[in-house]
Amino acid sequence: MLVYLGKRLVYTIPIVIGVSIVCFMLVHIAPGDPLVSVLPPDASEQLKIQMMAAYGFDRPYYEQFFKWCLRAIQGDLGTSIATGRSVTGEVLNAVRNTLLLAVVATFIGFFFGLLFGFVAGYFRNSAIDKIASILSVIGVSVPHYWLGMVLVIVFAAQLNWLPPTGAGPGGSSEWRPDWAHIRHLILPAVTMSVIPMGIVARTIRALVADILSQDFVPALRAKGLSELGIFGHVVKNAAPTALAVMGLQLGYLLGGSILIETVFSWPGTGFLLNAAIFQRDLPLLQGTILVLALFFVMLNLIVDVVQTAIDPRIQRS
Amino acid sequence: MWFRFRPAVLAGAIALAGTLLASGSVIAQEKVLRIGMTAADIPRTHGQPDQGFEGNRFTGIPMYDALVHWDLSKGDAASVIIPGLATEWAVSPTDPTKWIFKLRPGVKFHDGSAFNADAVVWNVQKVLDQSAPHFDQSQVGVTVSRMPNLVSARKIDDLTVELTTRAPDSFIPINLTNLFMASPAHWQKLLGEVPASVADPKARAAAAWTAFAANPSGTGPFRGVRLVPRERFEMVANKGYWDPARTPKIDRVVLLPLPEANARTAALLAGQVDWIEAPAPDAVQQITSRGFKMYQNAQPHVWPWQFSFREGSPWLDRRVRHAANLCINRDELKQLLNGQMEVPRGTYPPGHPWWGNPSFEIKYDLAAAKRLMTEAGFSAARPITVKILTSASGSGQMQPIVMNEWLQQALKECFFNVELEVGEWNQVFTNWREGAGSAGARGASATNVTFAAMDPFFGMIRFVTRQTNPPASNNWGFFNSDEFDQLAATARSTFDNAGRDRALAALHKRIVEEAPFLWVAHDVGPRAMSARVSGVVQPRSWFIDIAPMDIRPGS
Repeated sequence: MLVYLGKRLVYTIPIVIGVSIVCFMLVHIAPGDPLVSVLPPDASEQLKIQMMAAYGFDRPYYEQFFKWCLRAIQGDLGTSIATGRSVTGEVLNAVRNTLLLAVVATFIGFFFGLLFGFVAGYFRNSAIDKIASILSVIGVSVPHYWLGMVLVIVFAAQLNWLPPTGAGPGGSSEWRPDWAHIRHLILPAVTMSVIPMGIVARTIRALVADILSQDFVPALRAKGLSELGIFGHVVKNAAPTALAVMGLQLGYLLGGSILIETVFSWPGTGFLLNAAIFQRDLPLLQGTILVLALFFVMLNLIVDVVQTAIDPRIQRS
Repeated sequence: MWFRFRPAVLAGAIALAGTLLASGSVIAQEKVLRIGMTAADIPRTHGQPDQGFEGNRFTGIPMYDALVHWDLSKGDAASVIIPGLATEWAVSPTDPTKWIFKLRPGVKFHDGSAFNADAVVWNVQKVLDQSAPHFDQSQVGVTVSRMPNLVSARKIDDLTVELTTRAPDSFIPINLTNLFMASPAHWQKLLGEVPASVADPKARAAAAWTAFAANPSGTGPFRGVRLVPRERFEMVANKGYWDPARTPKIDRVVLLPLPEANARTAALLAGQVDWIEAPAPDAVQQITSRGFKMYQNAQPHVWPWQFSFREGSPWLDRRVRHAANLCINRDELKQLLNGQMEVPRGTYPPGHPWWGNPSFEIKYDLAAAKRLMTEAGFSAARPITVKILTSASGSGQMQPIVMNEWLQQALKECFFNVELEVGEWNQVFTNWREGAGSAGARGASATNVTFAAMDPFFGMIRFVTRQTNPPASNNWGFFNSDEFDQLAATARSTFDNAGRDRALAALHKRIVEEAPFLWVAHDVGPRAMSARVSGVVQPRSWFIDIAPMDIRPGS
């Protein structure tokens, strides 16, 4: 197991290097002026040159890249051009807020996804299966920003039950687990949970149906095992794939959602990315993308390791 | 009996209840105004805001004063400059590159330190003197570009400063509306609190400015008290403000960045905020039907097609340019945009000091437009093809695709065959500095980039002189002539206010008459507010003054 873990860790190194190159190049290839947030369009050419030099954008790309990498390794992702604040601080704050949202959305999404998936798979072709399948298809198909807007119109603008924007009455820095703050979390979390719910439900349904058609199930029944016992075996067999899907979905949720966080003005990584893109704040954009990409790499690593621990066949292969 | 009636106890209980209620009502009655901005982040709070004019509007003007202010007290007249922290100013009679500003006595920063000539010199140095310990590169771009000719400041006495310009420049007083006065004493105090472990002087200065942004000190009617980056900024009333007419009645202002139009609208309808900038256009009816008030007024903003004058351009013939300006029924476009635009008569409207009464009238006159086109040799059988570079979105662009497609249809009536070349906003914008004929112009004979026109350089001069041809500035179409160079030079070197305004009016008159633009619309800066907010004046400006407003407590 330790050898496997070591190997997987080594494999992540080229991935991380690749990710850092791609995210550095992507933001530089995009058209536009990196100083747009601190230099109005009507600034003189002379001032523009002075500012380019001050921010180091007059240096060759490779030099900028190596300097950025060197600082990133030390945990310093640079300074936001637009705000002058530390990118590392900005990203960590945003990650904390997205984490809060993602954990709640994950709980809702996975709970209902697993419930619908197992029920539909176990009672396939029944009325329960059809209802659960319809719900999961809706979850996958509905554009979540549209759903978010509808929820805002109904529950905030019309009924006035829940607040439509923000992380709480005093901002995220004062977040506490009380009703005044939790009510800010409900609409974005429900909106965010819909897609993973649909994906998890559909995957689990297909998986359960497949497992139930395998030979060992009639064998277990023939041995006189109870339905609950058989269900336990089904769950155990479905667990590695379910884990992989859930890990991937959790990765997506932790990455935040530009659309959902913008619709709800939730100060997470998606909201931060949106601001960075519109302000063409390159250090912030690079830093946020890098951290989110590393999240994916890390989550995939964790899922792979947990999968291997659960299912020894993976390690052997 | 233990509960025997005792008047003294009853009186005490009533008094106690009264005190509690009174203290409760004091808390409940704090007048708080919550504003949903379009910005995705709180504009910088250290005195030189970013986020364009929205920054000046919300974290500049409320917290800081400049030497010269915009008059934001009238909704029915042009917003002109008035004395701010300077009571009067004049150019030196012997050297037109020197300006003398007399400062307002008795003004104090929020930290209690005095505003004086030293403070002005310090604030000029913060963006212009790279050797000054408090020089801050991050403030340079948004400030220096707005006052390109200012070089330095010198104290004459405590209440007099001399400002020096690179060349004679009568626009300096207008430019200085962008230089906000931050407190040197407060910055110095924050510098002293930077940990000794930060040794590099530049890093210490940067850390002091970061601390200043979180705990700002200006001389404005509001004082910044709480910053949660990207989420909220709170200001409280400065009851000791020097101008009684602008001493705030509102106790606290909360700024919230809500960049998505539907989210802003929902926040207003749900009572989460009391004021939103730029509500979703299709929600205006719902907003007003729920008892909220809409405010809008023509802004010094121009939504144009800027024509090319390079060889082979279809716009070289003035009759064609005039025909385009006469061919479109702008009232119809206004209807299409739910009333959220103002019909232009030029870059500046009649009544503005720079209007100039041009002999060519921008209006809808289809017959005259067709006649001009026929005279120029075009007809339905022989239309003229023009290619317009535009973007799908962008700051100040309003609804570019909808508006350009409407123009395409409208101009067909006058034998124009309009081809739209839609580019990414940043590319279109970058091309504004590259000029017509460059590769980035993609063969376009006109470009559609909107602009702010508060300052005469940015509203007129940069589009009509040889000096401002690309890449130096935004004379994209290379509209060049000796006459316009002379008109611009005269305006820039006429130093009495009335004379400068007359020179600018003469320039505007000739610009409208020569029509290097198709003037399509002025933006109107729509905003929606709760009916509890009173004393609102929406001036003809990009800015609005919160200080004289009031809000009735409640929700």
